[in-house]
Amino acid sequence: MILEVQDVSKHFGGLVALDRVAFSVPEGKIVGVIGPNGAGKTTLFNVINGVYPPNGGKIVFRGEDITGRPPFEIARRGIARTHQIVRPLGELSVRDNVIAGACFGQHNLSLQAAAPVADEVLDFVGLASRREMLAAKLNVAQKKRLELARALAARPLMILLDEVLAGLNPQEIAEMLDVIRNIREQGITLIMIEHLMHAVMNVSDHVVALDYGKKIAEGTPQEITNDPKVIEAYLGDPKVAERFMAGLE
Amino acid sequence: MKTLQSRYLWIVLLIIALVGLMPIVLNSPTMREEVFLILMLIVLASSVNIIMGYTGYVSFGHIVFFGLGGYVAFYLMQTFQVHLVLAAIAGGLVASAFAFLLGTPVLRLRGAYFALATIGINEAVRTFVNNFEPFGGSVGMFFNFSVYDAYGGAANALWFTYYALIVVTLLTIAASFWIKKSKFGLGLMAIREDQDAAQVLGINAARYKVLAFTASAFFSGAVGALFFFKNGIIEPNIAFDLLRSIEGLVMVMLGGFGTVIGPVIGAAVYELLRSTLITAPPLNLGFTTINFSNFHLFITGFLLLLIVLFITTGAVGLLRQRVPVLRRYLE
Repeated sequence: MILEVQDVSKHFGGLVALDRVAFSVPEGKIVGVIGPNGAGKTTLFNVINGVYPPNGGKIVFRGEDITGRPPFEIARRGIARTHQIVRPLGELSVRDNVIAGACFGQHNLSLQAAAPVADEVLDFVGLASRREMLAAKLNVAQKKRLELARALAARPLMILLDEVLAGLNPQEIAEMLDVIRNIREQGITLIMIEHLMHAVMNVSDHVVALDYGKKIAEGTPQEITNDPKVIEAYLGDPKVAERFMAGLE
Repeated sequence: MKTLQSRYLWIVLLIIALVGLMPIVLNSPTMREEVFLILMLIVLASSVNIIMGYTGYVSFGHIVFFGLGGYVAFYLMQTFQVHLVLAAIAGGLVASAFAFLLGTPVLRLRGAYFALATIGINEAVRTFVNNFEPFGGSVGMFFNFSVYDAYGGAANALWFTYYALIVVTLLTIAASFWIKKSKFGLGLMAIREDQDAAQVLGINAARYKVLAFTASAFFSGAVGALFFFKNGIIEPNIAFDLLRSIEGLVMVMLGGFGTVIGPVIGAAVYELLRSTLITAPPLNLGFTTINFSNFHLFITGFLLLLIVLFITTGAVGLLRQRVPVLRRYLE
């Protein structure tokens, strides 16, 4: 297990965003995290990569307790992430964005050593022709790719993908899924938050479902799609849901 | 490309050196005084640009480092007859140390809160010095003329200060360029663009910001030492003059913040404009005095308004936007 989330809780005032969530991530696999809006998915990422310290529980990465470490330290240990709402370094070029990802990441590269890594990653995500553009000028799909490129450039052991497919058209989604599968081929572990069910079920090896901050189910994509609790969380009444799912097939 | 860029740095340094040499070649003290001011403002503007332009933290009270460096150096020279060069280095180091200590808490603040805090610090230090006996309190300190004897008399001392300023200016520009082009600079600019994203990329934002603040304070402190040595007198209201702080920001905005050459151009243009306006023939347009005292400040305010409204990136930034080819050369 490359990452263990052990009974993690996070409160914001009276709101319980995460309630003793526990699961493990096997090395080299894709783990999908699903759940309705407000289920605590992004909060979970923010706790894993140190943006928020949890109120309880532990995060163990490669056998080391990284709970409450600051984000930059966690990045250097090899966990990269993308943001649901893209955060390009707008007034820097696309290439400089990715170079920043490479030189401050796990290997602490010099600028000279980071440049070829950045160019290679830009090729991989298909942004090579935009490298001299200012990041602010990219469109949404390109900004999502940039987020991914920055994360990859760090040569991480694990990437947290926060809704990289949201806002993309079907063509772009298909391309992005290919990129994601390719990342796994490179041996990088992925945790992905996704709203698009068919996409997440398609690429994940293992799925964790959250609702109101609690883990309600965990298993293979097939197990999750048939889990009554998951169906209820998404559709309310399991009976209605059953009929709905039957209609889908 | 790398050699092109370092060639660019050498060209900028060469131009500044040539301008600096002019008064020496022409042996003109009047011109020297004018160029002295320009070079000093270039150093101040470039220094504030490191924290404001590269890192995105607008330091309104940056003049505190100028004043502090000036006071420390002045004190050392007057009391212990320390040589100007050593005193200027000491002034810079003390300013840096002060920035380092303050930076840790103050740089946690963002945006307007940071700007306000820096004003507060400047005012607090001014008030402190106003009441601090070893620094002469509100009267300040002034040199006994014999201080200049070590440099071969007052006239020679002024020339010597000027040479020292040329060196400090060249060092400041080189440092500014080096920071901009280094991994450190990339980290600073990432912080400027999005601090939280920068941290997620692995940048230790707190440490980077404090280092930028510390580096930036050094040059302001060192140049403060030179200025007040030349002046022969130092007092709190001149050393910690908030107006000069704001003028520094205008210069950076005018030339283009976040670029190496922007503050240089901004400072030069600003100072030339100021001296022209001051010496311009009076216009009788119904103002209370014929000369409209501080007319340049009226223009400054107006300029700042125009920049903020229409060319937020300043002159150099505008050029870089309009002519993409220049992006590769104009830093």
